[in-house]
Amino acid sequence: MTETKKLVVIGAGMASGRALEQLLKADPDAYDITLFNAEPRGNYNRLMLSPVLSGEKTYDEIVTHDDAWYAENGVTCRFGEKVVSIDRSRKVVIGENGEVPYDKLVIGTGSNPFIIPLPGHDLDGVIAYRDLEDTEEMIALGDKPGAKAVVIGGGLLGLEAAAGMAARGVDVTVVHIMGHLMERQLDEAAGYLLRKSLVEKGIKVLCSANSKAILDDGNGRAKALLLDDGSELPCDLLVMAVGIRPNIALAADAGLAVGKGVHVDDQMVTSDADVLALGECVEHNGAIFGLVAPLYDQAKVLAKTLLGIEDRFINREVSTKLKVTGCDLFSAGDFAEGEGREDIVFRDPSRGVYKRLVLEGNRVIGAVMYGDTADGAWFYNHIKDAADVSDMRETLIFGPAFQGGAQTDPLAAVAALPDDAEICGCNGVCKGDIVAAINAGSDTLDAVRATTKASGSCGTCTGLVEQVLAVTLGDDFVLPAAATLCKCTDLTHEDVRRLIKSSELQSQEAVWQELGWKTRNGCHVCRPAINYYLLADWPIEYQDDPQSRFVNERNHANIQKDGTFSVVPRMWGGITTPDELRAIADAADKYKVPTVKVTGGQRIDLLGVKKEDLPAMWYDLNQAGMVSGHAYSKGLRTVKTCVGSDHCRFGTQDSTGLGIKLEKLLWGSWTPHKVKLGVSGCPRNCAESTCKDVGIICVDSGYEVSVAGAAGMDVKETEMLGKVATEEEAIALTTAYIQLYRENAKYLDRGYKFVAKFGLDWVKEQVVDDLENRAALIERFEISQSVYRKDPWAEHAKPEEAKKFSPLADLTLEAAE
Amino acid sequence: MSWIDIGHIDDIPLRGARVVKTPVGCVALFRTSDTEVFAASDRCPHKGGPLSDGIVHGNSVTCPLHNWVFSLETGEAQGADEGQIATYPLQIKAGRLLLDGESVGKRNAA
Repeated sequence: MTETKKLVVIGAGMASGRALEQLLKADPDAYDITLFNAEPRGNYNRLMLSPVLSGEKTYDEIVTHDDAWYAENGVTCRFGEKVVSIDRSRKVVIGENGEVPYDKLVIGTGSNPFIIPLPGHDLDGVIAYRDLEDTEEMIALGDKPGAKAVVIGGGLLGLEAAAGMAARGVDVTVVHIMGHLMERQLDEAAGYLLRKSLVEKGIKVLCSANSKAILDDGNGRAKALLLDDGSELPCDLLVMAVGIRPNIALAADAGLAVGKGVHVDDQMVTSDADVLALGECVEHNGAIFGLVAPLYDQAKVLAKTLLGIEDRFINREVSTKLKVTGCDLFSAGDFAEGEGREDIVFRDPSRGVYKRLVLEGNRVIGAVMYGDTADGAWFYNHIKDAADVSDMRETLIFGPAFQGGAQTDPLAAVAALPDDAEICGCNGVCKGDIVAAINAGSDTLDAVRATTKASGSCGTCTGLVEQVLAVTLGDDFVLPAAATLCKCTDLTHEDVRRLIKSSELQSQEAVWQELGWKTRNGCHVCRPAINYYLLADWPIEYQDDPQSRFVNERNHANIQKDGTFSVVPRMWGGITTPDELRAIADAADKYKVPTVKVTGGQRIDLLGVKKEDLPAMWYDLNQAGMVSGHAYSKGLRTVKTCVGSDHCRFGTQDSTGLGIKLEKLLWGSWTPHKVKLGVSGCPRNCAESTCKDVGIICVDSGYEVSVAGAAGMDVKETEMLGKVATEEEAIALTTAYIQLYRENAKYLDRGYKFVAKFGLDWVKEQVVDDLENRAALIERFEISQSVYRKDPWAEHAKPEEAKKFSPLADLTLEAAE
Repeated sequence: MSWIDIGHIDDIPLRGARVVKTPVGCVALFRTSDTEVFAASDRCPHKGGPLSDGIVHGNSVTCPLHNWVFSLETGEAQGADEGQIATYPLQIKAGRLLLDGESVGKRNAA
């Protein structure tokens, strides 16, 4: 060998650093090495920037190669110098300070953070999270009292930036465009747990949030992020962590083949045989790279190629084992649902653990774990080896230590409750009180009831009290079998309602996880019930989910046996006008409605409307001043009235007026089952009020409010709730009763079943005798109505919503070619 | 197979469905998760209910008329009910939904 060959490396990152180590270890004298780096420093471990940000490590501790290392290994360093271009014909790299010739060139230019081109993205105070400078800027923010930061991006980097700044006392809000955090690594359930843990650390998290613009403080610095919904998030620093793009500019300028990244073959050689590339800047078989494991594989292959040793890079299945802000996460393989795939789900609410395996055939193809990732490597091996797991399928999810077989514990959700969790809402009894009573000798339900009063009033928490007995006494207490909500859970409706309140569960994911649901997202039995319980108990916090509703409530019309729908406009108190009737007639003509019928609730029903015609028809009826009659909902249906003192010679009060007032107050509210009202102007009862959910009979001295009537599968006369002197009181009593029903009844129990279960006396205590409680019920009803008292037809007649009622595509038309 | 682009995955609400009209009748597209969509007949073999109006749970759908439950993977009725709906090949590429034209009776125009 006459002269040592010259190797130039562009970029001192983790991949090229590892490649140099491998090369020098195998043959320290093979090349004369020159290393360019645009950053004024050598190779450090970028993965460790987060501990630097949070203060757990210093920069010096994360340096991989210090000056001494480069000197010892004879590497000529040109740090802080940018490479201007590559001249492949002369085989030289042209740096800012002059040229360097090469025999072999390695491109390791890494990636650039992607900056969303929002208005204001170039303001001061808008940074990415990529290098030491960014990290230092975030650290500096922590020294400023009361500092606020906004992070756009709920992926790994964004969350680490958020957690690091929060640890330094900064008030941080994360804005994420997708429905759950880290959607590429985690499914919804794990995303929910991660979010919960971040919120517990004081970090605000906004998902499904679209950024619109970054606002200028007038001096060219960012002062706030403006969202699509018009809200502003003030910030002293805005960190954009939404992803990376391979940095291919230099390679592309030099005429090398590039796509998303610099094209390389299995030997890490680019389209020029003397130019190699590796790391986040390359594209191999269509894949680009962000995780460190494949980059180290590339480094090994690249070093061998430089030494003329045959090897090839294989892009292996990778697993991600991460610690985000102290939460253990693991994901591997493919965990999307798909044809022929099955899920095995395990949840342990007390430890905040979630595990999901995805099986195809008899093989594990994906895994997501949260909270306990100890078995991650074991599952990963099963994925890699494509091992047949049919022998241990039953116990697979419990991991390698548990190949014996055990059932999940149906009492886990109750066992996990903290001592201060309220079990009995009526008497304010917490789990700790009940456990104390049991330990003091109350070993039966009756004894617990006698000593603590738990489950002694309305009785809906009986199931929970029994479970506390079972958890505390073990085998000494035999649980009576209760009807569970559905096959997805071992809990009853009553248990679930109580726990949603006491454990403050405010999302479906929270219910699935904290109550140990056995399916991924429920079934057609439990989803509508859970959706109702959540929106009734958390009207502001929970967002109604149309996909958890029965077809009629999702389409705001009643489905008929032939798949067409019926449309019923609201007529307040059964009163209409010639103009409204004309508009209804016009709509019936225009949309070729085959049947027009008058209903039992004093409304007009247009039957046989095609689904795709619904939004246009609603629009027309809206234009005539009419809104949805909710003839399809588990909610307020109609208030039927008689003409009362306006016209009738027997009428004692203005029954139509009261009916209209009640309907305008109550409409739009969702209830456990449908709610029908009647207001009659005298005891002759022409509005048939005494078989309604709430019936009011006007008398000379005032109003008789009665509840719990029925005229369907069961026929039952109403029971007197109370007699009041004024219209205001009649309205207050009615509203409070309906809210009591909304808050306590089992989903799909009509009012008469609710009153039978709880007892009329208990209902009276709540809304007649206790005026303070009555007022509180009315206030909570109003809070809920601030969200739900609006016309769903108007919402769905908007063009962007209306198109969802039509086919996505029509392939029956011949192409017009 | 001849893949026809029929729309974007985000045109279908999560755990919801949309319909495509085809020469073999209405085909429903069910979105079971962020990244997964199944194509199957929109018509329940029991009484002809529109399955696209049913509740989507796990990888199944429940008919809105009489609560028959179908696996979207196999098209088979679940539980005690006996029946089968046709399923159709569907691909998702860069968020676009590609339905196999041949299987829904569409002659290949190319």
